[in-house]
Amino acid sequence: MEWQWDWALVGHILPELARAFRVTIAATVFGFSLALVGGLLLTILRRSRWKIISWPAHFTVEFIRSTPLLVQLFFIYFVLPIQLPDFGGMFTSAFVTGVLALGLHYSSYTSEVYRAGIDGVPKGQWEAAAALNMSRGRTWTSVVLPQAIPPVLPALGNYLIAMFKDTPLLYAISVAEVLTAAYQIGSQRFQYVEAFTIVGALFLIVSLISAWLIRRMERWTALPAQ
Amino acid sequence: MLESLEFIVRILPVLFQGLLITIQLTLGGIFLAIVMSFAAGLGKLSKFFPLRWLCIAYIEVFRGTSALVQLFWFYYVLPFLGMDITAFQAGVIVLGLNAGSYGAEVVRGAIQSVPKGQYEAAIALNFTPLQRLWRIIIPQAVVSMIPPMGTIFIELLKNTALAALVTLGELTFVARQIRDDTLRTTEVFGTILIIYFAVALCITAVMRTGEWWFSRGLDRGGIR
Repeated sequence: MEWQWDWALVGHILPELARAFRVTIAATVFGFSLALVGGLLLTILRRSRWKIISWPAHFTVEFIRSTPLLVQLFFIYFVLPIQLPDFGGMFTSAFVTGVLALGLHYSSYTSEVYRAGIDGVPKGQWEAAAALNMSRGRTWTSVVLPQAIPPVLPALGNYLIAMFKDTPLLYAISVAEVLTAAYQIGSQRFQYVEAFTIVGALFLIVSLISAWLIRRMERWTALPAQ
Repeated sequence: MLESLEFIVRILPVLFQGLLITIQLTLGGIFLAIVMSFAAGLGKLSKFFPLRWLCIAYIEVFRGTSALVQLFWFYYVLPFLGMDITAFQAGVIVLGLNAGSYGAEVVRGAIQSVPKGQYEAAIALNFTPLQRLWRIIIPQAVVSMIPPMGTIFIELLKNTALAALVTLGELTFVARQIRDDTLRTTEVFGTILIIYFAVALCITAVMRTGEWWFSRGLDRGGIR
């Protein structure tokens, strides 16, 4: 069979893929927002003085990090609708469960990043906050976190890109993101080459640009180091 | 609870069949990943620019696109270009090439972190470039490669689940079928999550042993 790249087809399917790509971006943005909050929560739990809290939090992070996102996705997608009360059909939405799974999985990564950032804050800062009679909450919000977060922004950015590259997994629960769209186009017309190659190119372009931005950010965050 | 345990014991033999394929995928992928890491990592340090650019292109393309997109591309597109490929072959190739692109940066970084004096000493002792690399530089660089490589291998193990989406009967695929037949999601997926975790722990243990083995006799000051 002689096969040839079809530019007319590319022009035809590009708008459709671009539309689906918006779902990919939305899943990335929502999922990562969740991961930013979830990771912080896990980090704070892990730093608890009580082993009964810190140890389960530590184990959770290790467990989530060492098991496949796809299986976690299936787990959440199939289990949540049975086990939880149905908040107006919220957990039957594939998009919502997909975002939840992405957020949960990447919480374990962002938690590690935050931990590194917090460990990097000199001990004297904690002592100074205690000397100034600041409350525990105040110490976190106005002394520790403002110093811990900026240096780890590039690392968080790298996980943002990693999550972006994991959104195609939502294909498995038929969220209408870009890989699902490409697969449908491919199977309807039996034209897989153009559709999948365009998707690959889209991911490559966005990742390369983001990676470049993060490298610039690295230079910027590296400046005010102690 | 007891009934659930009985159910899990009953499905274990079927899951084990899937686990075997997952392990084959993982080992095949790790082998290819190591080869590609060294090839591309050393190639990126080459003075010969076409080779250097080729390696950079490989690293950027495989790091910049999604593993699942790569798998779909190999599985669905290659047949159009005249290459027939099974789901297992596509799985091993994509897992290996994908992890290799991350590993290449680890290899490059580790090689560059070997103190310059080691190169100079090897030259002074009249080692050939190949001997210098193989007998002096790599044995020292390997120690610092192992921990990040362990992380990459665990990512590779996690990515083997993606092969279920191109119909390869590995652990996740088998679990999905059992779930569809029995609708007992919590037990089935809970069990395989624990299995994956156990395999990941094995990889960590092997890498720790490897780190110990390669660092024997390297405790002279300033090398690590």
